[in-house]
Amino acid sequence: MTKSFGAVRALKGVSFDLHAGEVHALLGENGAGKSTLIKVITGAHQPDGGSIKINGESVSQLTPASAHKLGIACIYQQPALFPDLTVAENIGLRLESASVFRKVNWAIRQQRAAELLKRIGAEISPDAEVRSLSMPEQQLVEIACALGAGARIVIMDEPTASLTQKEQHLLFAVVKDLRASGVGVIYISHRLEEIFALADRVTVLRDGESVGTNKVGEMNESSLIKLMVGREVSAIYPPSESAAGNVVLSLKNLGCAAGGVENISLDVRAGEIVGMAGLVGAGRTELARVIFGITPADSGEILLNGQRITISTPKEAVAHGIAYVPEDRRRHGVILEMPIAHNMTMAIHDRVFPGTWLRFGAERQLALDFTHDLGVKAYGPDAPGGSLSGGNQQKVSLARWLATKPKLLILDEPTQGVDVGAKSEIHKIIRRLAKEGLAVLMISSDLPEVLGMSDRIAVMRGGTITAMLLAKTDAHEVMAAALGKQN
Amino acid sequence: MKRHFRELSVAAALLVVLLGLAIVAPAFFQPQPLLSLLTREAPTLVVACGMALVIISRQIDISVGSQFAVCSVCGGLLAAKGWPLPLVFLSSVLFGAIMGAVNGWLVAGLRLPSIVVTLATMVTWREALRWQRQGEFVNLPDGLQWVGLSQIAGQWTLILAALALLVLLALATKHLSAGRFVYAVGTDAEAARLAGIRPQLTIFFVFVFMGALVGLAAMMNVVQSPQVDPKSGSGLELKVIAAAVVGGVAVSGGRGKLWGVFVGLLLLACISPALTHLHIEAYWEKAIQGAIILLAVVADGLRTRKQRN
Repeated sequence: MTKSFGAVRALKGVSFDLHAGEVHALLGENGAGKSTLIKVITGAHQPDGGSIKINGESVSQLTPASAHKLGIACIYQQPALFPDLTVAENIGLRLESASVFRKVNWAIRQQRAAELLKRIGAEISPDAEVRSLSMPEQQLVEIACALGAGARIVIMDEPTASLTQKEQHLLFAVVKDLRASGVGVIYISHRLEEIFALADRVTVLRDGESVGTNKVGEMNESSLIKLMVGREVSAIYPPSESAAGNVVLSLKNLGCAAGGVENISLDVRAGEIVGMAGLVGAGRTELARVIFGITPADSGEILLNGQRITISTPKEAVAHGIAYVPEDRRRHGVILEMPIAHNMTMAIHDRVFPGTWLRFGAERQLALDFTHDLGVKAYGPDAPGGSLSGGNQQKVSLARWLATKPKLLILDEPTQGVDVGAKSEIHKIIRRLAKEGLAVLMISSDLPEVLGMSDRIAVMRGGTITAMLLAKTDAHEVMAAALGKQN
Repeated sequence: MKRHFRELSVAAALLVVLLGLAIVAPAFFQPQPLLSLLTREAPTLVVACGMALVIISRQIDISVGSQFAVCSVCGGLLAAKGWPLPLVFLSSVLFGAIMGAVNGWLVAGLRLPSIVVTLATMVTWREALRWQRQGEFVNLPDGLQWVGLSQIAGQWTLILAALALLVLLALATKHLSAGRFVYAVGTDAEAARLAGIRPQLTIFFVFVFMGALVGLAAMMNVVQSPQVDPKSGSGLELKVIAAAVVGGVAVSGGRGKLWGVFVGLLLLACISPALTHLHIEAYWEKAIQGAIILLAVVADGLRTRKQRN
């Protein structure tokens, strides 16, 4: 199976098989290609190459509808139910024929819903509105739907991410029941202990390639982690040249209930790059949003250059000299319709334009300077942000924040979806900024990047920092901390 | 050139209509009726400028017609009490700004959808006025009409005032940070917020400004007649939204230019007199206006789809 998005090859010839009556775990770092593989199997993406066989029959042109007919069901982390309808209505919508003017048999609908829920041991009333159910209850409803549709292949994408211990046990029992009834389950999870408790076989993906399918019994945690990271950090990263100076940012027991982060203590020094590793959902972006005042902290302290400050809006964060280059640059980093010059001055209007009127000359000059300085490839300051490539958009987003002359720069996935050339240019820029005395906090899911760029590495898991590692660490140690295992 | 393509094409359409009239019905270009037409449209232009800003910030205000009526009547009553003209103008602007602030607070402060909020305030102001005045006209004192000038001088004053305001606002949206922020918020409020702009505050002030402009426009209309009609301004919201849309303001926010709105308004306004001169029955006016609006929206839709692909 192969699949590319633009220049990015998400799947490079992955082979995967699933037997009836087995739980097959899928494991890999962020961006290893798990989601893409799942989307190909459920028909959400069309593969560029490769073939799919179900019960020995070749399937071409899989669409979400035909995948459904073939008995493929997927249960996502966030259940896709209609919150204002009842459980029975939701199940009915999935299972009943979709003709517009058929008569709804409410009694049968009710009865079937009750039966399905009973089969998986869920104590949920078919009349309950989905809105009133907890997340795990909604997942159980999803499983009931899958069961009712006679699914032969059930895909579970991190089903336990939001479950309590007790709910997990219930879910495991349901999964084991499914297996016993001959359903093939593809189980995706970052929690190694679940994989050992539940799975029969495990396939590890890395950089869009399958690095091996093994019986779970033959593996241990250490060997799995080795498979997941298993590559050398190449020497392409520019070496650290800066000596760390004074502490710029200091977080003390910082927490934010709404953002799901707690008890964060961290120092970032001038001239230092602190990498933030962790898996998706570990709370790294959430922490950045707390520091930047998007979801303000409700406990703990933020000290900037030794002074205690409170930040309740992004505007205040900017005023304090904090800059945040957000993760999703197309949505939040660059306004695509606006010229790059406008984008670059967006955060510093009161500084470049102290008088009444905007000074287009100054704006243009600033844009030209940054374009030159960061090597932005665009036809000029008037080029709309949307006309640039991903890497160049990222540079524009970076320029906007460097223009604020920050003391602390928070980068969230600075090279995500950026081609190799631009990536190494961005790395050089980050290095140079650190050398010039900027304190940099870099969130990245790209493990080699974290290892190659950081002076120190903070690893987050479950909304808090679980390990502080030095630059000399290796991928194995970082991944072990991110997965919650200390070797 | 490319950046003004949308506005220029509307201008071209207007030019074609005017040229056609020059050939077929040169009587259209008699100075006095034309002057009257422009005078009638001067207040509409002021409101349309405000509406353009509201739509650029990805909001809508359909209560402007009701605000217009309230400001007209209140201003008229103050004038009838003998208040001096500048003070009457100022009070009307203030009334408008207060009503705009109510909309702005509900939309930006409570984050309610502006279409529903302004629908509610539209009905509320209009009905409150009906209940209070029972449809009674306000008689204005002598000397108020045409701001105390002769009719021709008064007409020119209003037209030039509206044009001056248009130029001023067009410059302001381009050359002031506030203008840039309106565009940024309308394009992507979350991105603007992450850049340290306060989207809700921006939207609040856009509504306040809208109200203030309505107050000014109401007075520009009041001084054109000896009485104030409490039903004035009905249908105004549709007229100005139409002018904005035809003039190239994107309903999805973030795009549009005030001079385009001016051209759009002229195009829509000259249809009625053109029909008279072409001896076509007047009830075609709405149909033709509707067709023009539809054309503008379809053209925009096709253009964005092309850009997306």
